[in-house]
Amino acid sequence: MIGRRAEERRAAIAFVAPAVLVLATLTAGPALWVFWLSLRERLPVFGIDRFAGLAHYAFLATDTRFWSAIRVTAVFTLTSVTLELLLGLGLALALRGQRVGRRSAISLLLLAWALPGVVTARVFEWLYYPTGGLVNAVLGVELNWLGAPSLALPALILADVWRTMPFVALFCYARLLTIPSVVYEAAAVDGASRLETFRFITLPLLAPVLLVTLLFRTLDALRAFDLMFVLTGGGPAGMTETLTVYAYRSLFQTLRLGFGSAIGVVVFALVMLVAAAYLRVLRRQEAAA
Amino acid sequence: MRRRPLVADVAVLALLLVYAVPFVWQVLTSFKPEGELLRVPPFWPSHLTLAHYEVVFTQSTMPRALANSFGVGLLTTLLACALGVPAAYAMATLRVPASGALMLGIVASTAFPQIATVSPLYLVMRALGLRDTWAALVLADASFALPFVIWLMTRFMREVPRELAEAAALDGAGRWRTLLSIHLPLTAPGLASVALLTFLYAWNEFLFAFTFTATEASRTVPVALALFPGVFEVPWGDIAAASILASVPPVLIVVALQRWLVRGLLAGALTE
Repeated sequence: MIGRRAEERRAAIAFVAPAVLVLATLTAGPALWVFWLSLRERLPVFGIDRFAGLAHYAFLATDTRFWSAIRVTAVFTLTSVTLELLLGLGLALALRGQRVGRRSAISLLLLAWALPGVVTARVFEWLYYPTGGLVNAVLGVELNWLGAPSLALPALILADVWRTMPFVALFCYARLLTIPSVVYEAAAVDGASRLETFRFITLPLLAPVLLVTLLFRTLDALRAFDLMFVLTGGGPAGMTETLTVYAYRSLFQTLRLGFGSAIGVVVFALVMLVAAAYLRVLRRQEAAA
Repeated sequence: MRRRPLVADVAVLALLLVYAVPFVWQVLTSFKPEGELLRVPPFWPSHLTLAHYEVVFTQSTMPRALANSFGVGLLTTLLACALGVPAAYAMATLRVPASGALMLGIVASTAFPQIATVSPLYLVMRALGLRDTWAALVLADASFALPFVIWLMTRFMREVPRELAEAAALDGAGRWRTLLSIHLPLTAPGLASVALLTFLYAWNEFLFAFTFTATEASRTVPVALALFPGVFEVPWGDIAAASILASVPPVLIVVALQRWLVRGLLAGALTE
């Protein structure tokens, strides 16, 4: 029996080993290495590679561009995730009672979700174009949506909401389909109003799904890159420059690998903080249940 | 449930039409004559033309980018599945040492931001001499997709009845045999969906592709689209045509996966 166990163990390791090896070299390795890299001054073009300690972090603490990127990232994440959750939930509720066009609606949502981010960026760039762009033509205005400091970030957020609201809507819709109609019939018999039904039946049943989508959406908003990089490139005047765009520019446009990695580490830390906060909430819920 | 008035249905449809406008406008733009692009209204073109598609196919880097994206997407999918399926089989059916910690690490790694791992990966690719090759993208994309493949496939393989595997073992089938003749056929629909999602991820991926490529030799569709050149004016018609071409595989994948995705989301929503 011991021999069988040992054999199973060996087999298990053999099956898992290739995947673990690849993940260790190309995912876990880089995830650890980036911390070390952020402690170095590394400029490949000039052949500079020396230890810098916490110098990059000390610089970031007083770097106005960094704090502006923090602000933009925070505004972008909070606004777009809030809008996506509200609109996605609303749409899911609306679709549940829909009699015509449900399938087409689902197809449309999946399509917007599956498009490459660069395509979405190009689509919205053209919609926002000052002369000949559809938005100005329909509204009868002549605004430079992506060029005006006060408009660029809202314009970017709108594009992101268009792209990722389907994710929330589909998740909520899928959950709504599993709530048996008996539950609602019982509520109706008890004389519950529409609002009460939503507040005491639908919302509690949706809560776990909403929590998961909230986590996924927050992580994705913090990590978002392609949409803003292509749509605005961080402009005008840094008004849409998120941490990821600042990190990318430092890494591969000014070619400061150490400094750019320090910003990457900040994004990493934020993502892990959000994930940890989520796990706390989840554990508290499980304890309460 | 209370029946709601028909007018609500109409209102929802109207909202969905508004939501579809960006996509419809891009399709329309790609077929619009050059001279009418910047003159709106009228919104509808006087006639439709394939001129923009002709430009994209004969004078741009898109044909090469499409080939690169197909190649990178296919190889990424093959590599991620070849590595992920055996690992998932072991996680689902065998006693893997420290499997709890391993699964936790795998799930946690799906949260890693690409912007944090891109600089070490860049140094790795440079050291291996892989910059501006398909191999760089395949390795980076496959390692990023691998945790999803393992996670999802482990869930599917857990649903395969134990008795089937035991019966196969009694018939003298080894573990590989059991994986290939029992688990793989029974999880084939799930695996097909996972493979299509991996391909979709590789097709859409931008940050790694933009960083590790330098020329037409390896630039994928999103990179070519982001860098689409304009000499004096932005060629909106050509860009629209190029972005429609870039959207064809994602559209086909969505059509293929529609039923599964909604059910898959459902299963995910219930087990989370």
